[in-house]
Amino acid sequence: MTTTTSDLAVQAQGIWKVFNAGLANEVTALQDIDLVVGRGEFVSLIGPSGCGKSTLLRVIADLTDATQGSLQVAGMSAAQARQEQRYGIAFQQAALFDWRTVRRNVELPLELQGWDKGRRQARAMELLEMVQLADFADHRPWELSGGMQQRVAIARSLAVDPPLLLMDEPFGALDEMTRERMQNELLRIRQETGKSIIFVTHSIPEAVYLSDRVVVMSPRPGRITDVIPVSLGERDDDTREAESFFESVTAVREALRGNPSSPARARVGEV
Amino acid sequence: MTDHAAVPAATAPRPRRQSTVSRRVRKGAVGALWALAGILLVMLMWELVKWVGTLVSLPFNTNDLSMPHVWTMFSGAWQPEVRGSDTTVLQAVLQSAAYSLLIALGGFIIGVSVGLLLAIVMQRFAFLERGLLPFVIASQTVPLIALAPLITGIGNRISIGPVQWSTTYSVMFIAAYLAFFPLSVGALRGLHAPTATSLELMRSYAATPRATLFKLRFPASLPYLVPAMKVSAAAAVVGTVVAEISTGVRGGIGRLILEYSREATSQPAKVYVAVFGAIVLGLVAAGLVTALDLYLTRNLPKESPA
Ligand SMILES: Nc1ncnc2c1ncn2[C@@H]1O[C@H](COP(=O)(O)OP(=O)(O)OP(=O)(O)O)[C@@H](O)[C@H]1O
Ligand SMILES: [Mg+2]
Repeated sequence: MTTTTSDLAVQAQGIWKVFNAGLANEVTALQDIDLVVGRGEFVSLIGPSGCGKSTLLRVIADLTDATQGSLQVAGMSAAQARQEQRYGIAFQQAALFDWRTVRRNVELPLELQGWDKGRRQARAMELLEMVQLADFADHRPWELSGGMQQRVAIARSLAVDPPLLLMDEPFGALDEMTRERMQNELLRIRQETGKSIIFVTHSIPEAVYLSDRVVVMSPRPGRITDVIPVSLGERDDDTREAESFFESVTAVREALRGNPSSPARARVGEV
Repeated sequence: MTDHAAVPAATAPRPRRQSTVSRRVRKGAVGALWALAGILLVMLMWELVKWVGTLVSLPFNTNDLSMPHVWTMFSGAWQPEVRGSDTTVLQAVLQSAAYSLLIALGGFIIGVSVGLLLAIVMQRFAFLERGLLPFVIASQTVPLIALAPLITGIGNRISIGPVQWSTTYSVMFIAAYLAFFPLSVGALRGLHAPTATSLELMRSYAATPRATLFKLRFPASLPYLVPAMKVSAAAAVVGTVVAEISTGVRGGIGRLILEYSREATSQPAKVYVAVFGAIVLGLVAAGLVTALDLYLTRNLPKESPA
């Protein structure tokens, strides 16, 4: 198989991130991270609190610099990818602006890109329809429930139609039922748009249900200990009860515990 | 036992917006009624103290010369300002109050602009925040009484071409000087208010510092800015009146209080009418800022952090 770099959403090699280097409170948040995400691929990052998931995502998003390592996002440097809006990002907090209507929140990235008003509004409405919130376009964010707010945040992250979505526990604050609905919605959006997605989560079933690959990380220092491929085919309501689903869940759980049962372990060659 | 009380609020949409706007207006009306009730209460207390003074001896004079009856003040307000003149005391007082209001407004606008500008550069450049903030704070430790003659003295020597500095400008300057401080401190806090997540979001959009200021920091600062403006407005009014008294500049309510108090022996009600004018001045200023508040925060949820 020949792949050129532009076929890859993310290509990270030997990424290190050290906070407060040389000080007493030095933290190695990322140690020698290799991560390749293909175009259209859905990759989850999972691991205990403090293992560097958010840090890795923020390095990819060029919200913080890597201490060391090479990184390409959409075939260009992370800084350039950010300048050219080649990714959209969503966080655990929806971070909607209270003083803007729902629609104008979705318009924000377009406004900053200098789109004119008409195109902006049309695009925002299109996205709000996609997340089924068109009826709430003129509401204020604080009039929406947590799940609805998160859907607005996702619509906003898709506004400039970036090829890559970075999501840091976007469903972390939602109840289980809303969460499963949102997962299905995200998969539907992915189907419709063909985005590459890097998704940080604490939930093993969520990671398995959503992903093509689950990247397992461990803390102090933060590193990748396992990569578990998931092949469940087309997801539907039965997927969550399928045998193969539970097998993958078990594989991820054991990888998180550090049991050397996963065949992927040898490939990554850690510990 | 309290488990059931903690109903998850996340999925229940909160009430609509227009109801909050009308609720705010209603709240304002209720506030005005309370203010009126407060004024009536003060009048009642006044007469009560006078009455008690006729029964027992109080450590201060309660006679009609020192504490004229409320109704004497009212009737005094409609008397001619000086014998034979057309203008009543009330007219003179309201005119002066309006004049002072304009000066205070000028001082407020200058103070708010300077305060906001300072806050913006301090937020933008951390070294300026470290360097300037101590001076901003120190500026307020100079007592107004010391400041007023100093500024007038310096000001009167200024003339730019045909434009000659007038003492009125000094008064405005002093009002601005008092108004800028609460505003710059409040605005600085407000500009620092956006969450780390919102700031990262703006960075992910490759937003310029200017865009981040106007689209995020400034709107996010309003819940801090508005209370700061209220304090600034009060400072501008007090600054104006006190500066008018200490510089003796004509036209404003401060000077009028000074003049009327000299006539206290012949017309004791007059000075109280002037004081009443100063109170009205303060209330009007507060009302204007409240209107500004309602306008600026019309799009924000009712519960604000400050
Ligand atoms: N700005 C920072 N300064 C210093 N240390 C930091 C900073 N940001 C993160 N860290 C440290 O880096 C490590 C990884 O943090 P990170 O937020 O990436 O973890 P995480 O995997 O996202 O955790 P969680 O699941 O709780 O969100 C932690 O030990 C954290 O204390
Ligand atoms: Mg995190």
